[in-house]
This record gives sequence, structure tokens and C-alpha cells, in this order.
Amino acid sequence: MKKIAVILLVALLAGLFALPALAEDKPFAGTELVVYNWYDYIDPSVLDLFQEETGIEVTYVNFTQNEDMYARLEAGAGAYDVVFPSEYMIERLIKEDRLEALNLDNIPNLENILDNLRDPSYDPGNAYSVPYMWGTLGILYNEDMVSAPITSWTSLFDGEYKGSIFMMNSLRDTIGLALKTLGYSMNTRDEAQLREAGDMLVKQRQDKLISGNFVDETKDKMVANEAALAVIYSGDALYAMEKNDRLRYVVPDEGSNIWVDGMCIPKGSAHKEAAECFINFMCRPDIAQMNMDYIYYSSPVKQVVENLDEEQTANVAMNPPEEWVDRCEYYHDISDAMNLYEGIWMEVQMAR
Amino acid sequence: MKVRSHRAGKLLKGLWLALVLAFLYIPIIVMIALSFNASVSRAAWTGFTLDWYVKLFKSKQIMAALNVTITVAVIATVVSTVLGTLGAIGMHAMSTGMANLLINVSYLPMTTPDIVTGVSLMLMFIFVKVPLGKWTMIMAHIAFDTPYVLFSVMPKLRQMNPNLYEAALDLGCHPAKALYKVIIPEIMPGIVTGALLAFTMSLDDFVISYFTSNTDQNLAMIVYSAARRGVEPTMYALSTLMFIVVLGLLLIVNRRNGLEDIA
Amino acid sequence: MKRSWYAAPYGLWMVLFTVVPLLFVLYYAFTDSSGAFTVNNFVKIASPMYGLVLWDSLRLAFFCTLLCLLIGYPTAYFLASRDFSNAQTLVVLILVPMWMNFLLRTYAMMTLFENNGVINTLLESLGLGRIQMIGTEGAVLVGMVYNFLPFMVLPVYTVLKKMDYSVIEAAEDLGASPIRVVSRVVLPMSIPGVVSGITMVFMPAVTTFAISRMLSSGMIYLVGDMIEDYFIAMNNRNVGSTISLVMLVLIILSIGLLRKVDPDNSGGGLW
Repeated sequence: MKKIAVILLVALLAGLFALPALAEDKPFAGTELVVYNWYDYIDPSVLDLFQEETGIEVTYVNFTQNEDMYARLEAGAGAYDVVFPSEYMIERLIKEDRLEALNLDNIPNLENILDNLRDPSYDPGNAYSVPYMWGTLGILYNEDMVSAPITSWTSLFDGEYKGSIFMMNSLRDTIGLALKTLGYSMNTRDEAQLREAGDMLVKQRQDKLISGNFVDETKDKMVANEAALAVIYSGDALYAMEKNDRLRYVVPDEGSNIWVDGMCIPKGSAHKEAAECFINFMCRPDIAQMNMDYIYYSSPVKQVVENLDEEQTANVAMNPPEEWVDRCEYYHDISDAMNLYEGIWMEVQMAR
Repeated sequence: MKVRSHRAGKLLKGLWLALVLAFLYIPIIVMIALSFNASVSRAAWTGFTLDWYVKLFKSKQIMAALNVTITVAVIATVVSTVLGTLGAIGMHAMSTGMANLLINVSYLPMTTPDIVTGVSLMLMFIFVKVPLGKWTMIMAHIAFDTPYVLFSVMPKLRQMNPNLYEAALDLGCHPAKALYKVIIPEIMPGIVTGALLAFTMSLDDFVISYFTSNTDQNLAMIVYSAARRGVEPTMYALSTLMFIVVLGLLLIVNRRNGLEDIA
Repeated sequence: MKRSWYAAPYGLWMVLFTVVPLLFVLYYAFTDSSGAFTVNNFVKIASPMYGLVLWDSLRLAFFCTLLCLLIGYPTAYFLASRDFSNAQTLVVLILVPMWMNFLLRTYAMMTLFENNGVINTLLESLGLGRIQMIGTEGAVLVGMVYNFLPFMVLPVYTVLKKMDYSVIEAAEDLGASPIRVVSRVVLPMSIPGVVSGITMVFMPAVTTFAISRMLSSGMIYLVGDMIEDYFIAMNNRNVGSTISLVMLVLIILSIGLLRKVDPDNSGGGLW
């Protein structure tokens, strides 16, 4: 009897909630959203589900790196409604007034985001962005090829692993980790500090310590035991560790970068509210779970983190210990000091 | 004696060609093998699977990109073949100075790095407020395809006996008809070569397409952006299928017409 | 209607979609980030460091073109000879690999060359030692030749195909050695095709970067990399444009020199 009452009550409640949903039905039905994101960085069935629930159709378009996405947004080429830049790029886009301020009332699921990733320094109050995935920059090493567990960036420079090191062909990350090795901030604008970091990187090249310098190929090459050490993003590290159980990931003691890929609405979007609806949808725990399972990166959604299984919780690339995160810093936009970085980067690239 | 040396010569020639083909095909074979590899990674062979082919046909994004790629490549190839052939014929009849100028302009798309071409075309399209899409992409493709046609046709024109055309005119042939009946057949192999090269260039272009199109993405763009997340064997599967289809088609056409007539 | 007018649509298209966009490049090369006129970009890249990168690019492109010629010319010649009834099929077979995505092909090549790659695994199972291939200039050259070879074979082949073989046979019958036949008869007749081939190989080869980056493991830094870095990573179109402008001028000058070799073109008003 009691059981029946409960069922009735549930049915009634469901009906109550269903009614307004029916009345409002799908306010954005028929809208077409253009989502500009990294390739394969969303579970395709999430997009289908979103269309089913809201009637909004999503066109999924890809970029390969923050900078080429920026080149297009800057030129005003965009016809995009939601973009997924990384934190330093978000900061820059905000500074240059290329993003729409979010109406957080339309994104109640912001609640679900981990506290330490909310209200970030690159975007105070999440006024323009909501975190989508996050991670760290660190070293991936092959247990069989090192003499002791790696704990410091200095392993990249001390010569012990000469000829068996992959660096990252990326201006911010490469110069940044050299700065960290020297105990400086990854966001420095100090010429002397940058010069010191540059000299260290040039020497590393001249001493033939490194055997590779790429971004995309690192993970597959590490799986194939092509080097002992590689600079890598935690997301790529997860991919590689899945396929080669001799690989270990570490965020060095000196500290490193914590990165966040966020969701933003670029200026000029004709469907701002539908875009906010999309962002809100992505923060729903079940959806975030689907995306995490598909992409296998760290999700910033609380419920998903609580839901990690034992193995995932223990995985330092997926779920870095708090002290690792504490010694990491966000990249900030340094485009005003780009001249300094540029000179140093060129010297490093041309070092022989 | 002469016959024997000829036979030996033929054998050596055949051996040389076999080596060149082996060089060109070994990476293709590796790629086909990878499309059946159960592991996502290139690093290890972990067993045979057809999963990637299944996944390929399920991916809306890849199928849409295939459509864009073929549409763009076909239209760009047709237009640039016409433009380039007419261009070569016209330049052949020009004064040296003017022709040299045009030839130098034709070098530009081949010489300019794709990134420069792509970004400057994007800036131009935005400047004149043309919305970026499939059509801007096609226009850009025509621009970088046409010189390949031009440079394939020109040597044939130079090889042609100039008197043929004059003779046709002297015999009362209308210039347009003379072009169609005399010149075109003479330079046909060059045109076919040029069209093939243009199609090849168009299929493979990533950078220029990326900057000249908003939401229409071609396969090369997909492959490049996929590399960031690790190249999935679905891409190899797609290439394998394209390879088989193209090879099959060409061999059939070849057998039926004995390409001799066209190329 | 004069025949030269046939080139009008082509000319128009090239002006609209090649010359006009290049005006943007010209503009950026002579301005700074605020849009003011400057020649500082040129001053900046006039350092020996940039010169070395340029030299590396030209050197690699030169060797790539030379190898393509050495491999491609005989290939085209043999294909055009009457020895192979199925020559057309073979020509098609040479082009078809180019219809597979270039990035994937280069990945496949990487798979061959890596330290634990296909070739080294094979060598090891045969009891021979491994060789370091990936990351070397040799690997880059092989990759470049692989990618550009058809652009040499095709134009040479089309020209040789139309050659009058009775001339060769006559020379042979008159007792000319094969080398003499080639150098005195075949080669001069095929010059237009060779020039086209060299043009189509050398020019894109100078600014290549993806192949060199992947096969050198990112250890060889070429002009193409530099331009891309300036345009994208550093978002500095000004210096990027300056470098590509200098490249353009250099390449066109060197091709201009090459065309002097082409006797048909040097003085005779064939054009």
C-alpha cells in the first residue's frame, strides 16, 4: 500500500515537472549551434542527446591549437557560438574583448564545478568561461629506462638521459618549464630570468640531450619506448599509460602548469542563450561523466570526481594529489611580452 | 646480340621501376596494415580487427568531411583544368615579356607557404565581407591548383609543331575549332597530368582550407586536428578505402579505354 | 579574337586570389604591429642565425630536387620507352600514393624509421644491429623525395612520351652508345619537362615543414617552421610576412636562373 502511494507520488511529481517542461517545450528548438572545439573532444552521443532534449542542432568544428583558433577569431572569421580555449587564451580573449559575458543564471550547473577550479585567476567569477576539462603539465617516463623515479625537471638538463628525452615543441610550455626549473614563475616578464631559461634550453640542444621535439607525436612514441623521458600534458599521459604499463607520470617538485580548457561564447554569436544552454548541459553530472569516459581526461565536475573508481583515483595523471596541484600555476596571457619570448624561442629553435 | 642486350635492358628497366614503386608503396602498405590493427597505437600490432571500418561509417563528422573533400576537389579540379589549359594556350601566343610576367605570378602559389596563403586569403575574404565557407575554400583551391595545370600543359605546347595550328587556319578552319580540333588533342596528355596533379593537391590541402572555410571541414583538416588526440586508425581505414576505390576505378578506366587515348 | 586572350580568365583569377592576398603580405612586411611603416622586420631577420635556417632549407630542397631528378628522370624515360605495354597503368600507380593523406603517409614513414620501428625490428630479427634513422637529415630527405617524386616523373614523362622514337632508333642504328643517345638526343628534347618538374619540386620543397618536422623528430628547424611559428605561435604576422617575402624573391630569382638553362625560353620568342 505504502509502495503504491510512493509510486503515485513519484508519478505525480514527475507529472508536475513534466508539465512546465512541456509548456516551455524546447525554447531553442531548431537553433543551430556551431561548436568550435578540439577534435574528438566530446562524446558524439552527448551531442545527439543534447539535440534530443533541446532540439538544438550542433555543428562540431575543430581547431588544432589555441593559436590557430585565435588567428581566426581575431580576424573576425568566426561564426561560432561556443569555443573551447585554454586558460591563457581565455584571459587574452577577455582582455581583447572578444568574448560575451556569460549570464550565469542560465548556467546553474556551474555549481557542480570543483571549488578550486571556480573563480580562477584567469577569469574572476567565471564571468566569461566555464571549465570543461583540466590537467597538468609534467614528465612521462618509462620505468624500465630510468635509474630512479623522476621527481625534478633537472632530469631533462643534467645529461643522465642524454639522447633519450622528448621536449615539447610549444613556446609556453618549453620556456615555462625551464623557468620553473630555475625557480621562477612560468609567467615572468623579467628579461634576465627569461634569458637564463633560454640559455639553459640552448645548452640542452647543443649538448644533444634531446632526441625529439614535438607535441602530437609524443604519446605514441612513448608507448613505443622511443625515449625515457618526455614533457607531456596529463591528458596525453593518460592515453599513453593506458597502452604501456611501464609509463609513469609526475608533476616535478619545482612545480608546473595547471591547464584548463574552458567553454566560452565568442562575440558575434547569434545564439547566446542557446549557447549558454549548451554550456550548462555539459556541466550536468551524467553528461560530464559520459565525456570523461569518452575523452579520458580529468573532468572538473564534482560528482564525476566522486564517482572515480579506485584505479582512477590512484592515477596521478587523472587525479593529481593536492600538493601537486598546489605547486602548479595557470599560464597567464603574456602577449605584451611576446617580443622577449619570441627572441628566446628563436634562439632555442635554431640552436645547434 | 642486339636482341639479347635489349632484353637485358628491359629487365633492368623493369627492375628500376619495381624499386621505385616499392619505395612509393611501402608506407602505403604500412598504413593499410595499421587500419586493421586492433591497437590504437602505431607502436604495436595487437591483432586483426575491422572495428575501425565500422567506426568510420558511424562517424557523421568524417562522412560529412568526405563529402566536402570530394565536392571541393572535383569542382576545383574541373575549373582549374579549364583555366590553366586556356591560360597556357594564351600565354603560348603572347609576347615574351607579358608571358614571363604571368609565369612569375604562377610561381607565387607554389612558392608561398600555405600558412601565408591561407591567412592572407582569409584576411582578403573578410575584408570584402565574403562569408567563409565551402565556396571560398573552392576559390582558394582553384588558385593553388591552376599553376600545376599550367606547368603541365606548357611543355606540351612548346613541343607542338606551331605550323599545325597555322595550317588549320590557312585551310579556313575557325580559330575556336582549330583550338578544339588541333591544339587540344596535341596537348591532351599535359592536360590530364595537370588535372591529376590538381586533384592530388586539392585532396591533401589542410592549412589553406582551414583558414578559408568556417564550418565546412575537409578530410585533411580532420586528420590534422585528430593528430592532437592521437591519430586513430579510423583515418587509416578511410585512406585504405579511398586508395582501393581510386586504384580500382583507374585500373578499370585504364583497361577499358587503354588510357593511351587520353594520356 | 587573339589567342593570347585565352589567358585572360587565368590572369584575372591569379590577380584576384594570388596577387591581391600577397599585397597583404607586402603590407605586413613593411609595418609593425600597430600598422606604422617600418623596415625593422627586415633588419631583424638579417642576422646570421636566420640565414642559417634559410641555408638549411635551400640546401635540403636542392638535394631533394636533385634526388627527384636522378630517380624520376630514368623512371619517366623507362616508362616512355616502348618496352612496357602497360606503361600507362604504371604511371597511374606512381601517382596514386599521393591520394592518400599526406600526414598519414608521413606517419607511416615514421613507423618505418623509428628506433623500434618496422625497419629496425626487421634488421634486428635478421641479426643485424639497429640504425638510427628517425631524427636524421637522411630520413627527412627520403620523406621529401617520397612526397615530391611524382611531380618530377609526370611532366618529364608527358614530354618524353611525345618524343619521336625514330630519332633515337636512328641514332642507335648509327652506332651511338646509349649514354650518347641519352645525352645528345633524349635530354635536350626533354628539357621543358625537366624544367617543369624542377619547378614543381623545388618550390614547395623550400617551404616544407610538416615532413621535416615529423621525420627529424622536430630537430631540424626550417624556414617553413619559422614562418608558421611567427604566424601562429607568436601571432606576429609582420615578421612572418617579411620572411616569406624574402623567400619568395629568393625562389623566383633561382627559378629565373634555372629558366636560363632552358634554351627555348632564353631568347627565342616562343613565349
